[in-house]
Amino acid sequence: MTQPATIISVNDVSKRFILHKDKSVKERILNFSNSKAYREDFWALRDISLDIKTGSTVGLVGHNGSGKSTLLKVIGGIIQPTSGSVLRRGRMAALLELGAGFHPDLTGRENVYLNAALLGLSRQETDRQFDQIVEFSGIEEFIDTQVKFYSSGMYVRLAFSVAIHVDPDVLLVDEVLAVGDEPFQRKCMDKIAQFQSEGRTIVLVSHSSEQVGRLCDRVVVLDKGRVMHDGDPTEGIRILRDGYDAEAHRVDASSSSRDLSAPYTLASAKAHTERADGRFNLIVDIGVDVHQPKPHWGIGLSIENTLGMNLYGMTTFPMDVTLPNTIGHHSIRLAFPDVRVGTGKYLINVGLGDSAGTTYDRRSGITSFDVADEGIGNGILSLDPQIILGATEG
Amino acid sequence: MTSSDADQRALKISQEPLRPVGQQYGFVTGTLESLKDIWSHRELMSMLVRREIKARYKDSSLGLLWSLVRPLTQLMIYYFAIGQIMGLARNIPSFAIFVFVGLTIWGLFTEIVSSGTTSILNNAGLVKKIYLPREIFPLGSVGSALFNFAIQFAILVVATLVVGQFPVTSDVLYAPLSFVTVLVFGTALGIFLSSVNVYLRDVQHLVEVALIVLFWASPIVYSFSFVHDKLNGNWLEQLYLMNPVTLAVLGMQKALWVAGTTESDAINWPPDLGVRLFIALAIGLVLLWLSQRVFSRLQGNFAQEL
Repeated sequence: MTQPATIISVNDVSKRFILHKDKSVKERILNFSNSKAYREDFWALRDISLDIKTGSTVGLVGHNGSGKSTLLKVIGGIIQPTSGSVLRRGRMAALLELGAGFHPDLTGRENVYLNAALLGLSRQETDRQFDQIVEFSGIEEFIDTQVKFYSSGMYVRLAFSVAIHVDPDVLLVDEVLAVGDEPFQRKCMDKIAQFQSEGRTIVLVSHSSEQVGRLCDRVVVLDKGRVMHDGDPTEGIRILRDGYDAEAHRVDASSSSRDLSAPYTLASAKAHTERADGRFNLIVDIGVDVHQPKPHWGIGLSIENTLGMNLYGMTTFPMDVTLPNTIGHHSIRLAFPDVRVGTGKYLINVGLGDSAGTTYDRRSGITSFDVADEGIGNGILSLDPQIILGATEG
Repeated sequence: MTSSDADQRALKISQEPLRPVGQQYGFVTGTLESLKDIWSHRELMSMLVRREIKARYKDSSLGLLWSLVRPLTQLMIYYFAIGQIMGLARNIPSFAIFVFVGLTIWGLFTEIVSSGTTSILNNAGLVKKIYLPREIFPLGSVGSALFNFAIQFAILVVATLVVGQFPVTSDVLYAPLSFVTVLVFGTALGIFLSSVNVYLRDVQHLVEVALIVLFWASPIVYSFSFVHDKLNGNWLEQLYLMNPVTLAVLGMQKALWVAGTTESDAINWPPDLGVRLFIALAIGLVLLWLSQRVFSRLQGNFAQEL
């Protein structure tokens, strides 16, 4: 295999939704002459073209209303695009909602067969997979109970278990990966990893950048129905977060809770790193403008990786240091000696507030630092492994 | 090991042709594709029908017997109220059989149409979340209606045996013809109305009312001879006979209501009933095709309208 074949091809797909504000005959007749005024249309997708290769895992991310779920439904054939076309091959299973088609009055067993049929499995295939499905879900005892008596956890476990046993070439997933308790979630993630290693193609919609960062080898960022970014996951997640921040700033600006009226504002923050005695030290210089001194104030700081995983968070309150509290500009340096994080880029969020929880100012991703690739191994942590020969066990 | 699995899968997929997603066929050319699509989902359809039937009577101790209570109650009411109290039974021999024949075939029609109309709405959860040829929902309603019809029909046949009027004439051939006519018309209406109902919810209420009116527009609790005596074959009677359900009811009566032929000298059937039924069936098939095409046009936006 030189180049993996295209499994889904989305060509110039646009989707327009028309919102009717009236539904009944009476309203329609009454408003017939000015019916244009009672409908509103907007473009949920605008000229989207994607080419998804066999075996890749693609994450669709974006804000609420950016069109990612619509795109997934168009790929799944549930919604027809207004213009453009979608081509696809192989067997597809869409997990847009767990347990779609479960009938509360039927038993777990009957629902397994029904749901499997809905997802495209024949009866013989279901017969063959049945034991595995039940075993994976871990609810053997209740399989002949009506599902309306199931707890919600049991319900989604069974539904998820059916969904992953249908042997799809393409799996469409919409926000349903995090189900059940922690051991079950881990089981699900293992199964997804197994799917990937088996060369199945996965297209998933998620709000969790952590999940997307962990699973996907390609991220498509959508905004107002257009593709903002297509490719590298880290970059995609950064763009997405920038977008969130921009929105947060806009909200801040519109409510004018930020800037001059706040007693303390964040003027700047700059992170740099240094290497001394084989240790990796992080230094963050923070500039604060004090406009209106309060009895006490403090700085909060957190570090996260580009996938959005929060690695560390702290405030200055327990540190027993009095911060300068006079009107004017102050520079404060925070030093973090011996930071042991793995290779990559890290974002720093800084906030100002008091110990009662009031936030004066907050900027996420105000600065960042990079850790170069060195040492042995890779991952979130940077460790310094040593081999000790001849040591006794226990 | 796993990587070779992946390679095999990739190879298999790369050899498959790319197919367009969803139903994007032309108005006329799409018929065959739609039929193929529905055919490939026949197993699922039968499961959905069974789900409906099972779920309906799951927690009741009498279970399936309940599906008989309704038509039998109707039979009792019409038998006593109209037949005995109002005295219609005097002119109609074997009145109970007569009414039950009409009720059985009429029941099939109403159930197909009324549950067909709401079928897409009732399965909104599935329509919005999973891609299926959506025709299977109204067709599923047809399936569960057929199930009820089969039970009633069996009782009807037993009843004719009990009364000693088991049909053994060649008129029996009217029964399958009438049955197919009702099936085709009902399915055409069910498919069409189910798709329209998604956009205009008033349709389901309209259908309910229309079915009540239509019940009296067919000779179910009164015989055709009453109509003929009043109208004497004028244009109004011809109009009355253009109703395919009326024709099917008449056909069923001719087939199974033996007393109507042997013990009555009234004109219980119009002339050329067979020809009329065949014409109705032909028109019905055209309508079925048209309604499927309309459905296929409208179904593209189902998911967002629900």
